[in-house]
Amino acid sequence: MSSTVLFTVIMLSLLGLLAAVILYVVAQKFKVVEDPRIDLVNEVLPGANCGGCGFTGCRAFSEVLVRSDSFEGLNCPVGGSEAMGKAAVILDRQPVAVEPKIAVLRCNGTPEHSQRTSNYDGAMNCRVAHALYGGTTACHYGCLGCGDCVTSCKFDAMYMDPVTQLPVIIDDKCVACGACVKACPRNIIELRKRNRKDRKIYISCVNKDKGGPARKACIVACIGCGKCLKVCPYDAITMADNLAFIDSFKCKLCRKCAAECPTGAILEINFPVKEEKPAGHAVTEVN
Amino acid sequence: MFKTFPKGGIHPPENKITADKSITVLPLPSTVTVPLNQHIGAPATPVVEKGSAVKTGQLIAEAKGFVSASIHSPVSGKVSKIEPVADSTGYKQMAIIIDVEGDEWIETTDRSATLVKEITMTREQIVERCRDCGLVGLGGATFPTHIKMTVPSGRKCDMLIINGVECEPYLTSDHRLMIEKGPEVLTGVTIIMKALGVTQAVIGIEANKPDAISTLDGLSKDFAGISVVALKVKYPQGGEKQLIKACTGREVPSGGLPLDVGVVVQNVGTAFAVYEAVQKNKPLIERVVTVTGKSVSRPGNFLVRIGTPVAKLIEAAGGMPDDTGKVVNGGPMMGKALAMTDVPVTKGTSGIILFPEPESRRDEIMPCIRCGKCSSACAMGLEPWLLSVLSEKAMFEKAETEKITDCMECGACAYTCPAKRPLLDYIRLGKTTVIKMVRERITK
Repeated sequence: MSSTVLFTVIMLSLLGLLAAVILYVVAQKFKVVEDPRIDLVNEVLPGANCGGCGFTGCRAFSEVLVRSDSFEGLNCPVGGSEAMGKAAVILDRQPVAVEPKIAVLRCNGTPEHSQRTSNYDGAMNCRVAHALYGGTTACHYGCLGCGDCVTSCKFDAMYMDPVTQLPVIIDDKCVACGACVKACPRNIIELRKRNRKDRKIYISCVNKDKGGPARKACIVACIGCGKCLKVCPYDAITMADNLAFIDSFKCKLCRKCAAECPTGAILEINFPVKEEKPAGHAVTEVN
Repeated sequence: MFKTFPKGGIHPPENKITADKSITVLPLPSTVTVPLNQHIGAPATPVVEKGSAVKTGQLIAEAKGFVSASIHSPVSGKVSKIEPVADSTGYKQMAIIIDVEGDEWIETTDRSATLVKEITMTREQIVERCRDCGLVGLGGATFPTHIKMTVPSGRKCDMLIINGVECEPYLTSDHRLMIEKGPEVLTGVTIIMKALGVTQAVIGIEANKPDAISTLDGLSKDFAGISVVALKVKYPQGGEKQLIKACTGREVPSGGLPLDVGVVVQNVGTAFAVYEAVQKNKPLIERVVTVTGKSVSRPGNFLVRIGTPVAKLIEAAGGMPDDTGKVVNGGPMMGKALAMTDVPVTKGTSGIILFPEPESRRDEIMPCIRCGKCSSACAMGLEPWLLSVLSEKAMFEKAETEKITDCMECGACAYTCPAKRPLLDYIRLGKTTVIKMVRERITK
């Protein structure tokens, strides 16, 4: 064996040893002590990094959970009670029950219901269209149909229906992260309580105009007549700016309001078909 | 050699169809709709009620706050309603609706056509009169004139520039005003000079209006300190900063105002309105609007009362051609399409253009190929492709450092883009968001 090879091997070994020592010392000196529970909590979270909890991602949310004394006001909408329950066990905290929610679209301004008065051919972006003008119909509250909400959805739970020109929310996939709510410049999408079998009763309109103009713009608009308000036995319905609103947490799904609504602005979805339906009232099955 | 601004610019087809059509007075409509927010700033507050009788020129809504303008009744008659009405954007805003009965003017207005050249008012009186008459910039931005006329203490203004460029294709309202109302415009300029306390005024006119240049040049001999500058035809020469650069060579710093280089810019139409307000005590209740389009049968320049429905104007121009695909309020470059034609003419309406169907459509959007045409067209030296992508992807902090707020929304980038990208649509979105962001940061 030539001395060159021997010399090389010895030199490299020494260098390696030196590097190992330096690395060890540095690692000890700059060690970051992290709560091991953060990793455990992070594992039980869904890992979607959707931001629905209000923090920058699952890891950030885990850190917040570990740091906080109580789970009050903290919730992972994707994992729901299950994930939060597991996290509570790991952190030995009291789990806070949070009702699961679902996104609903509060506009039913299809071309059939709301007449088109103009065409839009600018950039296909709701925010651009919203800043520019009132919309392709006489209703300047309703859906613009450019699909910002669909683009914002990280769970593939939305798509644009080419016929109705409105976005559709797929109940099974929606996790109520709220991304679409933030994306919509007209605040049409709302997070509501998720009921058994995804049953929904809601006012599918956000038009704040008085009855006449609202009805003229869209035949299924809420005209603020207040009939639903009177018939509701649970005080779940409130009226503001000519627009009724059903509180999903007070609503007991009795469906009395839907039968009263003269314009059909109240949608009842995923209910079994009633035997006798009042004539002239349209029940739109979205799903 | 004509002067111009050095950076960017485009040459869209001029299409000044109505350049030789003299201004005709439009007959009064049966009702007028007067929106309460026709200017930049706070909407005016109505001082009349439903049912009150008003005379032409009577104050019907008072300016509210510092940046605001008063509104006067453009007709005589009875207030029938005060309610939200869809404006040119389709959004509803408060408006006063007046049923027209005759045309009885307020007594204080001098309605004779005699030219009053002698200025008897003091600086303060002029500014006050402009505020009382509800004057706003008639170039399109509708900024209240009295604010621009007051030089804040500590600031120096040594020159007034009058914008007679009218660089937007199609529009000819300022052009006709300069030819037909030359002495009045020049008297108006002298009044603004007095209010600002400057001795020098320059009227910038593009070379495609030789008749306006020669008219005003000839007349300006009788007015001290006013000179006419012929400018090379290039869009957007009518942009305040471009015009200053072209006329004086001074450059307004990024984010600054013309006053930073000692200049105030006013439009020709505004100068005429100032003349009428100060010398004749006539509030701003009418303006010249160009109604034009390639298939319009009788295009022309009309003197219209504020609040007249656009549909009436189109009727006067021979009705809406069958092939109309888009009706644009303003110039073809910066104007906005109307969602319906029953909206009223406001103080900012400079033109109504009817585009035939094939011309009105936007082309299919293709991917950006980074050719840089938009960057070389931008008169502000920005990179429109980058700003548009940053706005689209909601990277507003980066857009702010790339000076998105310097954009004046002239649309030269979108015009020149070979991929037909909606650059300005996104830049506008980004600009408003960044301005809001900056404002929030300041108030915090």
